[in-house]
Amino acid sequence: MNIPYSRHTLDNGLDILVHEDHACPIVAVNVWYHVGSKNEVAGRTGFAHLFEHLMFEGSQHYDKGYFEPLQEAGALLNGSTNADRTNYWEVVPTNALELALWMESDRMGYLLPALTDAKFENQREVVLNERRQNYENRPYGFASMAMMEALYPPSHPYSWMTIGAAADIRAARLDDVRAFFQTYYRPGNASLALAGDIETDAAIDLATQYFGELEGAETPPAVEASAPAPSTTERRLLLEDRVELPRVYIAWHSPSLFGQDDAELDLVAEVLASGKTSRLYRSLVYEQRMATELAASQNSRELGGYFQIVATAAPGRTLAELERAIANAIEALVEEGPTPREMERCQAQAEANFIYRLQTVGGFGGKSDQLNAYNVFVGDPGFFERDLDRYRRVTATSMQRVGRAWLTPERRVLLSVVPRGRPELALAGSMPVAVS
Amino acid sequence: MRIDRARLPALGADPSLRFPEIRRRTLDNGLRVWTVEHHAVPLVSFLALLPIGASADPHERPGLAAMTSDMLDEGCGDLDALELHDTLGRIGGHLDSEIGSDATILTLSSLTRYADRASALLADMIMRPRLEAVDFHRVRELRLNRLIQLRDLAPALADRAFSRLLYGDHPYGHMPLGTEASLQSVTLDEVSRFHRTMFTPSRMTVVAAGDATHDALAATVESAFGNWRPLTEARQIDPTNWPLPPVPEQRLAILHRPAAAQSELRIGHIGVARRTPDYHVLLVLNVVLGGQFVSRINMNLREDKGYTYGARTSFDFRRAAGPFVLNASVQSEVTVEAIVEALEEIQAIRGPRPVTAAELHAGRAGLTRGYPRNFETAEQISRGAAQLALYDLPDDYFSTFVPKVLAVDEDAVTRAAEQYIDPSRLLTVIVGDRDKVAAALPRLNLGTASELVPV
Repeated sequence: MNIPYSRHTLDNGLDILVHEDHACPIVAVNVWYHVGSKNEVAGRTGFAHLFEHLMFEGSQHYDKGYFEPLQEAGALLNGSTNADRTNYWEVVPTNALELALWMESDRMGYLLPALTDAKFENQREVVLNERRQNYENRPYGFASMAMMEALYPPSHPYSWMTIGAAADIRAARLDDVRAFFQTYYRPGNASLALAGDIETDAAIDLATQYFGELEGAETPPAVEASAPAPSTTERRLLLEDRVELPRVYIAWHSPSLFGQDDAELDLVAEVLASGKTSRLYRSLVYEQRMATELAASQNSRELGGYFQIVATAAPGRTLAELERAIANAIEALVEEGPTPREMERCQAQAEANFIYRLQTVGGFGGKSDQLNAYNVFVGDPGFFERDLDRYRRVTATSMQRVGRAWLTPERRVLLSVVPRGRPELALAGSMPVAVS
Repeated sequence: MRIDRARLPALGADPSLRFPEIRRRTLDNGLRVWTVEHHAVPLVSFLALLPIGASADPHERPGLAAMTSDMLDEGCGDLDALELHDTLGRIGGHLDSEIGSDATILTLSSLTRYADRASALLADMIMRPRLEAVDFHRVRELRLNRLIQLRDLAPALADRAFSRLLYGDHPYGHMPLGTEASLQSVTLDEVSRFHRTMFTPSRMTVVAAGDATHDALAATVESAFGNWRPLTEARQIDPTNWPLPPVPEQRLAILHRPAAAQSELRIGHIGVARRTPDYHVLLVLNVVLGGQFVSRINMNLREDKGYTYGARTSFDFRRAAGPFVLNASVQSEVTVEAIVEALEEIQAIRGPRPVTAAELHAGRAGLTRGYPRNFETAEQISRGAAQLALYDLPDDYFSTFVPKVLAVDEDAVTRAAEQYIDPSRLLTVIVGDRDKVAAALPRLNLGTASELVPV
C-alpha cells in the first residue's frame, strides 16, 4: 500500500512530484512552502498566515484576484498555514491543469509587483475578523493560546498560535511582506505535487515550463529553537471564558513529527479517547457520566509535539473528579498496558485510516497533500509505507514504555477553563492567565 | 520554451465524465437497494437513507427524531453499545450519522473484506436497536449538555432564532437537537414508538457503493436487510402538504451578547423546495450572488470592505420550502454597514444590477466544470445517489445536470431573482453586542428591532 509517484527536481530546487490516478477526470495541484508561524519572530506573530492571504490577491501577470479564473474553470481551491508549513491547492478538471500551473507559478515568482497597500490593509482586516470569528467569539477559543504560552517560553516559536496576536497583526508592515516573500517563497523552499488524471512525463514537462524560469534555489536557514527544558513540577492555570461548563486541558511535551515514540503516543491517544470503547470515554462518559465531551491527541510538529487530553465536566461534576479519573486511566494503561483486544482495535483503525487517506487526490489530506508532507518533512515522498510501518511496529510494551516516559504527572500543564466569575470551579491551585 | 504570461492559457475541451451507473432493485419488504461499483480503493460504503428527519418530530416533542437516531448505535442485536463500537473499530469502520430537517442518514464505511459484517451491523442498528433505559438516560443527558453549551455559540444561537422567527410552529421551525423542555420530558417509550413507526423498510433506501460488483453489493445488503418485516404500516409523511407560515411582521431582531467580538448575521426568508423546476436557475443565481468566494456578497463584504472573514448565501433546498439565507459573522463596529451592503446586494441582483453576461458565464462554467469532483469517492457517490432518493429526482439527474445549467440564461436568472427573492420579506437576525449596534439600527429602516431572549 502506497502512493506511487515520480519526482523531478528543477535547477531552481523545486521538487515536482507526480502521481497518476485515472479514476476521475480531475487533477490536484498542491504546493507546499516550508514556512509557517515558527519562522516568525516575537512581536510579529501571525505574519505567515497573513501572508498566505495575500497570495490570493493577485500577482504581476494576473492582478485580479486568484479565485476568479480558477473558480470559473471549475476549481475548488484553498490554502492553510500552520506552525511548520503553508500549503495551497487547487482541484481542477484536467483541462485546467495548465491554468492552475500558470497561476501557482505566477504567485510563486511574481507576487510582489502586484502588492499594494490597499490589498494589505484589506487582508489585515479580514484576518482580524478571522481571529474574532474562530477564537475570540468562540467558546473555549482562547484555551489553545493559553496552553501554547504555558508549554513554551516566549522565545520559542511554538509559544504563539499561527493566527497570531491581534496587536502584532495590526503592527505588520508592507515591507515585512517583501522580506518574507524573498526569504521563504522561493522554489528551493517549495514542493509541487500533481495527482490525478494526468500522464507523468507530460505533467513534469508542463510544470517545468511554468516553474523552471523562477529563481531562488537557496533554502532559508532552519529555525533554531532549543527544546524547552522538561519541567519538574506540574503547572496549573486558570482561564475564565464565556462558557457554561468547566473544561480541563491537560498537556505534556511529546515527541516531534515522525520522531521516536510519536506513533506510540498516537495509539495511546486512540486507546484513551477514540470512540465509545476507549478507556476514558467508557469510564468518564459512559459509566460515571462525569464528562460530557472528551478528546485526546498527539500533536506532533517539527520542533516537538504536545500530547493533550481535553475533558468537559457534566453539570454538577468537578474538574477535580475529571483530573483524578484521567490520571488513574493513564496510570492503569502504563502499568498494565493495553489489552490484546485494544491493540487489535487501535492498529486496525490506524491501518484503515491509511486506506481512507487514499480516496482523494486533492484538498487538505488528499494524496497530493500527503506526498508533499512526506517530501517536506522527511525528504521522502514515498514515506507512506514506512509511516504505516511505524504503527504496525507498535506493541503493548512499547506503548507502556512511551506512556511512562512522557506522560508523567510532574510534567503536566493543567488548564482549567471556567465560566466567567466562577474561578472556584478551576482545579485547586490554578493561577489565572490573561490571553486576548 | 518560454511561456506566455501575457494571457491565461486556454482551457481546451472539457473532459468527459462517465457517470457511475446506479443499479436499482427493491426487496420484497419494499426496501430499495441501490448499488454503485467504485474500484479505486479496497473500501465499501453503505448509506441508509430514511426520509424522516427533525420535521417529523411531534409538535410537543422537538428533538425526538434526533434522539432516536442517536440511540441506534447504543447497542443493537446481540451487542451492547461497547461491543458494537469495539466491533466497528476492529473492522476499520467509520460510522457517521446525521439528521436534517427531512432525513436521517447513517453511513458505515469499512474495508471491503469486512463488507458483510459492516452491512449486518448497519442493519442491526436500524432494525434492532436495543433502546435500553440506561443508554437512553445517558444519551439524553449528553444532548441536554450540548444544548446548554450552545448558549455560548453565536452561530447556533443565530440559526435557531432565524428558523424560529421564520417558521414559527412549522416543522422547520426548530433545530434537530430540540429544546431543553422537550428533552427533559422525552421518554424511552416515545423513542421506541418513534423508531417502530418511522423506521420501516418501505421508506428506506440503502446505497451500497465501493470495491465490489453490483451483485455482490446487492447480495450483501439483501442478506442484512431482507428479513426486515415492518411492525406497522408506514404512514405517509409529506412535508409539502404542510401550510407555510405567514411572513413574520418583524423585520429585525437582535439577541444581545454583551462584549461579543462579532455580530453573527442571518438575513433571509422562506425560499423554495428542492423539486422546484427552477432548481438549476437558482443554483446559477446563488453562485453569482453569494454561493462562493468570488460571488458579489463576499467580494463586497470581505474583499472590498474587510468587514468579515467570509459571507455566503444559500437556498437551503428541502422537501418543502427551506430558507434562502445569508450567513456572515462581521466585526461588531460595522454591523449596520455590513447589513446595509448585504441588503443592497440582494436587492440589486433583482434589477438595478442584474446578473451580467460575464457573471452568468463564469457562474455556469464553475458549476458545470466543477461537477466531476462530486464523483471521486464511494461515499460522495452514495451521497449524490441519496439526494436522488430523498427528493425523488429522475434517474438521469446526474447526466442532465450540466446541460440544464448551461441552458440557464440571463433572463431566467433575473426572473428567478424577482420571483424567489423578495427584499420586502427579508428578516435580519443579529446575535451580537447590542450596545455597539443599537444606535445605528434605525438606519436600516427595518422598524424596531425585537429583542430576543436567550433560550
